Amino acid sequence: MRAAVVVFPGSNCDRDLAVAFEQAGAEVTMVWHKESELPQGVDIVGIPGGFSYGDYLRCGAIAANSPICKSVAAHAGRGGYVMGICNGFQVLTETGLLPGALLRNAGLKYICKTVGLKVETSASDYTNGYNAGDVVDIPIAHHDGNYFADAETIAALKGEDRIAFTYTDNPNGAQADIAGILSDNRRVLGMMPHPERAADAGHGGTDGTALFRALAGALTTA
Amino acid sequence: MKARVHVMLKNGVLDPQGAAVRHALGAMGFDGVEGVRQGKVIELDLAEGSTQSDVEKMCEKLLANTVIESYTVEMS
Repeated sequence: MRAAVVVFPGSNCDRDLAVAFEQAGAEVTMVWHKESELPQGVDIVGIPGGFSYGDYLRCGAIAANSPICKSVAAHAGRGGYVMGICNGFQVLTETGLLPGALLRNAGLKYICKTVGLKVETSASDYTNGYNAGDVVDIPIAHHDGNYFADAETIAALKGEDRIAFTYTDNPNGAQADIAGILSDNRRVLGMMPHPERAADAGHGGTDGTALFRALAGALTTA
Repeated sequence: MKARVHVMLKNGVLDPQGAAVRHALGAMGFDGVEGVRQGKVIELDLAEGSTQSDVEKMCEKLLANTVIESYTVEMS
């Protein structure tokens, strides 16, 4: 598995994500946002958490229009894998690679804690290391994680089994308790919680490891 | 020339910041505030000859997220 992790000014989970990919066996390249091309032969692009461009204008809006994001969109268009975590999820909705938007948390507060996530589908290369219905403990750390989409989009996400994770106790007001969603080809994942922060015994939990292992399994045999 | 862009959350999209402002006004004794919606104003200094349609393209591509926001443009 060859992974690229995009680094924006203000990204702060880029190295954690790189370590999680490496621990799953990936060869990782960090890619600065001003690059216009991804490294050759990349299987998956990780868009990390943080505060790209200081969250100016809207979370993820400026990053979504940075040079590298055109290549990321082209990679996704060719059927490549893209995973956006937290601010990365916001970037993916801003680019239009995933539907909906992330609004300010309903309680207006930044929330940083470990939450229960229900795995809604195991039918993706990200989630097939879990069983549908499993509840895993993964940290969240966000101010704008309140997933919003119109009723038709929510119905389509449900009907097409594209909701990857839901919160067991909705912390932020997200519609349908949505914590993470998949693209229609199931190769683009956006999620607010941080599996890379639950991927080492030193983190206090390892429930995120299965996601990276599943991905490595899918992309190594491919 | 200048353009002023107003960006607001669409009706039906929860605006928790507006709701918090409304609660604060009520707590300060300002009665009768039935709703508050909070948006943003973006002022652009433009080269002569720029058109409203140019600014609308900017809104569609960057200044507003039309999934959740609506915008209006005033040229002057």
